[in-house]
Amino acid sequence: MKEIFEILEQNARATPEQIATMVDKPVSEVEKIIRQAEKDGSILKYKTIINWPRLGEGDIWALIEVRITPQRDVGFDAIAERIYQFPEVHSAYLVSGTYDLAILVKGKNMHEISSFVTEKLAPLERVQSTVTHFLLKRYKESGETFHLPKETNRRLPITP
Amino acid sequence: MLNTKSTTTEARDSMISQKVDSLSPSGIRKFFDLLSSMEDVISLGIGEPDFVTPWHIREAGTYSLEKGYTMYTSNSGMLELRQELANYLELRYDVSYHPEHEILITVGSSEGLDLAMRAIINPGDEVIIPDPCYVAYPANIILAGGVPISTPTTAENNFAIKATDIEARITKRTKAILIGYPANPTGAVISKSESAAIAELAKKYNLLVISDEIYARLVYGVEHICFPSLPGMKERSILISGFSKSHAMTGWRIGYVAADRRFIQALTKIHQYTMLCAPTMAQMAAIEALRNGDSEVERMVQEYNRRRRLMVKRLNETGLPCFEPKGAFYAFPSIKATGMNSEDFAEKLLIEEKVAVVPGTAFGPCGEGFVRCCYATSVSDIEVALGRMDRFVRKNKLSTT
Repeated sequence: MKEIFEILEQNARATPEQIATMVDKPVSEVEKIIRQAEKDGSILKYKTIINWPRLGEGDIWALIEVRITPQRDVGFDAIAERIYQFPEVHSAYLVSGTYDLAILVKGKNMHEISSFVTEKLAPLERVQSTVTHFLLKRYKESGETFHLPKETNRRLPITP
Repeated sequence: MLNTKSTTTEARDSMISQKVDSLSPSGIRKFFDLLSSMEDVISLGIGEPDFVTPWHIREAGTYSLEKGYTMYTSNSGMLELRQELANYLELRYDVSYHPEHEILITVGSSEGLDLAMRAIINPGDEVIIPDPCYVAYPANIILAGGVPISTPTTAENNFAIKATDIEARITKRTKAILIGYPANPTGAVISKSESAAIAELAKKYNLLVISDEIYARLVYGVEHICFPSLPGMKERSILISGFSKSHAMTGWRIGYVAADRRFIQALTKIHQYTMLCAPTMAQMAAIEALRNGDSEVERMVQEYNRRRRLMVKRLNETGLPCFEPKGAFYAFPSIKATGMNSEDFAEKLLIEEKVAVVPGTAFGPCGEGFVRCCYATSVSDIEVALGRMDRFVRKNKLSTT
């Protein structure tokens, strides 16, 4: 079963027929497993990694370290939820170390991100401090490299 | 009447040895030239992994350069690598080789094969090989002064050589049996019982078995039989293998031979005069591959297996019946339904649909009626290629009236 998800994680457009052949299971069974996973949240969504800079467009991204005061009974979760509900927050993680939340924020320009930090994030009651790192360049995302040439075309076209 | 004379003069004039002159060029050359002039071709004609060497192995190679490991190693190869190999063969296949005397590191398994042939063959000795088989087998035997004796294998037997067919070809001059399973070009594997039967023949007729196991790690749902691990066979086997296919390291040129001491001594003699040693950087990378490479190997095998199932199913749906290949990364479908011979099929398919496959005849006359399709390529390329092949076959299928 895990193999079905591994294939989908690599290529969300793999069809149930393709997957069924690759894992040697009936199509109906694969379809059932995928449907179930979509329902129970094992599959959250199907997305595409777009190389925006190549298209001449690009949002500004920032990685923000957030130190927060945990709350009785709910620990970090309640304040984390307050934060990750903001549409500007692309990803949010609770981390070990000198700060508590690592959040990835997307904005159209630097101004948008700084106003998010100064007007929305920093004023939150349990937020002690924030450190904002603007992303300068993306090298790799979800296992895909952005700048290396594709590594597949180096073979001779025909070999024994 | 001047015929004989003029050919002799011609041969003299060409300055090329008759043995080399008599070798036919590899059957894939023509396609290589044709392909080079075309665009948008999807090639299923490649005989190497589409993965790049795993990063930790590349990094180990780079590190060895940074550290200045740029000198020769011992002729036999770095002892550290031979020790790792001895451990590996013992753990994985339960066959023990002495790292100092029974393992030789070679420049790819190709060198190992050449050395083995040169070390054992006296002029006129016969070596039994399967047909079809890897293109280098007959050439290596001929260059070493031997005579390749082909043993036909068939799709009905899943292209595994049969001991009874081998026995029928044994003569006073037979010196060795050269087999390679999992097989290029068919993807065939050999069963334990058939291997055991071949082992019995080797003992009965006092023959050597040269076992090319370069694809050993690429098996699907079956266990690889390491030939020298069969009872009594270590003494009369020469095991040839390497890192090219298992660790996607074709360009590093690193392989090894494991055999009884007397054979390794003989092979090393040739190796020390012709090669000195395998590239040091590649040896360092191979050590890393053996120490930490297993999970990457398994990842690649799993990926090949998915593509294998996809390709075999699509080929069968297309009307190119294909037995289930359980090893390597090749499918070997029959193209007889089109009425074309292998070479015409491959050429026409390339020109009309821009898909490259290798005609089965490049690997021996018994490859006629088949083509080799390599599935070490992306799923999307396999899908597109098979779509084009389907169109091609429908257009060219013999009408059955």
